[in-house]
Amino acid sequence: MGYNTKYNNPSTRRKLTFWERLYFPEIVHGLLTTFKHLFRPKFTRQYPEERWDAPASFRGRPVLVVEDNGTERCVACGLCSRVCPPLAIEVRASETEQLKERYPVVFEINMLRCIFCGFCEEVCPEEAIIMSKEYELVFKDPSEGIFGKDRLLTPKADLKERLDFLAKMRN
Amino acid sequence: MIIEALIKIGLVLFVVLTAVSYTVLLERWISAWIQDRIGPNRVGPLGLLQPLADVLKLLLKEDIEPMMAQKWFHWAAPVISIAVAFTVLSVIPFGHTLTIGTTVIPLTIASNINIGVLFLVALTSVGVYGITLAGWSSGSKYSLLGGIRSSAQMISYELTMGLGLLSVVMLTGSLDLNTIINSQANGLWNIIRAPIGFMLFLVSSFAETNRQPFDLPEAEPELVGGYHTEYSSMKFALFFLAEYANIITASAVMTVLFLGGWHVPFADQLGLPELAMSIIGLVAFALKVLGLIFVFIWVRWSIPRFRYDQLMNLGWKVLLPIGILNIIITAFERIYLVH
Repeated sequence: MGYNTKYNNPSTRRKLTFWERLYFPEIVHGLLTTFKHLFRPKFTRQYPEERWDAPASFRGRPVLVVEDNGTERCVACGLCSRVCPPLAIEVRASETEQLKERYPVVFEINMLRCIFCGFCEEVCPEEAIIMSKEYELVFKDPSEGIFGKDRLLTPKADLKERLDFLAKMRN
Repeated sequence: MIIEALIKIGLVLFVVLTAVSYTVLLERWISAWIQDRIGPNRVGPLGLLQPLADVLKLLLKEDIEPMMAQKWFHWAAPVISIAVAFTVLSVIPFGHTLTIGTTVIPLTIASNINIGVLFLVALTSVGVYGITLAGWSSGSKYSLLGGIRSSAQMISYELTMGLGLLSVVMLTGSLDLNTIINSQANGLWNIIRAPIGFMLFLVSSFAETNRQPFDLPEAEPELVGGYHTEYSSMKFALFFLAEYANIITASAVMTVLFLGGWHVPFADQLGLPELAMSIIGLVAFALKVLGLIFVFIWVRWSIPRFRYDQLMNLGWKVLLPIGILNIIITAFERIYLVH
């Protein structure tokens, strides 16, 4: 239980000096410390006005990457839905005339289930589903928590930071 | 006379109640600043309407009475607490006199009381009843423990408080608060003449008002809420108000006894009209009280809580001997220096 740390073991504890044992000078010392803190810069972030700009390593809600030419990267292989620990992802595939041959007709993430683990991003062979910076997820109704393709598809340009981060960290 | 007294009571109650709610805000601000936070700033400009929101919240809460509570006493306890806290203010001289036309109004509610100091000591002792009763009548172990602790603590520290007070009484030779204030008119405040007495009084005031570092009666991690664990809504608010009103009264008492009351050193040499002097006196009094309130809050957010045995040790084995020694020192001071 950590009795023998250097702070509470009586044999290794530092002997207090006479002035410290008097207690009163140390009270004044403590008061001066707190007084200095009165004028220090504050750490508080005024949240709704001042928002936090997350770093690229931040795992916000997962989104689907849309290429610059307007096609989504996803090939509906279903790996993300397979790996998802809380079973939050549903993918239904179909064929397309494009080179990639397959695309998701339905791609839904239940954000009430999502645990932001990032496994989907990790497992995706196309780097099609990645974690965004968005952390403000509020619903008035459980049904609002299911995000379809309309809310998931995000242009590649908006996700540049995360894609660069992934490119750097994956090799 | 009666109308004059009633007006003064109304004014003082209004000012003090407002001051109490703003002391709560001040406490939250200062605690925030000390912890490098910003503090309440949302309700109204700079958060200045926060007390209003707090009061409204407390008023709208459900008043819960525990099944095991002694109904009558459970109800009476917060009333005693707040009544005592406010009654003390009746003898405090806030300023000298106010002359309107030909009538001279002394700025004290009970102006011609000549045993002010005794009255103060007597009333602060009664304050224990509110807390102890609350603890006992709630029918809860935490409340009871808080109540018992508070009675033991207050009785222990009242001695020290009395001894600190005694040094002032010895130096002045009077129990009249006005006489005590006027004896400090030359700028030689009692804090200079009796510094040990002031320290004793200050420390025991922390204990008497249940403030950190002596807030054992309501030590949250040990006793949930202490004596007011089982209180809610307005009854809790009364305790809350009483606690902060006690800070204000303790500050006011200390201002009167040790910081020269309404006197500003060398202000009487400026030759200002009487009305201006009265107003300067009132402002000076308010500022001194504010300074002491700041000290109360500042100490709370700097010093950790004492353990119960440490508290008793400090009270009986350290402060009481110092107090008795101080009486002897003051006696010598009185004989050889004052005369």
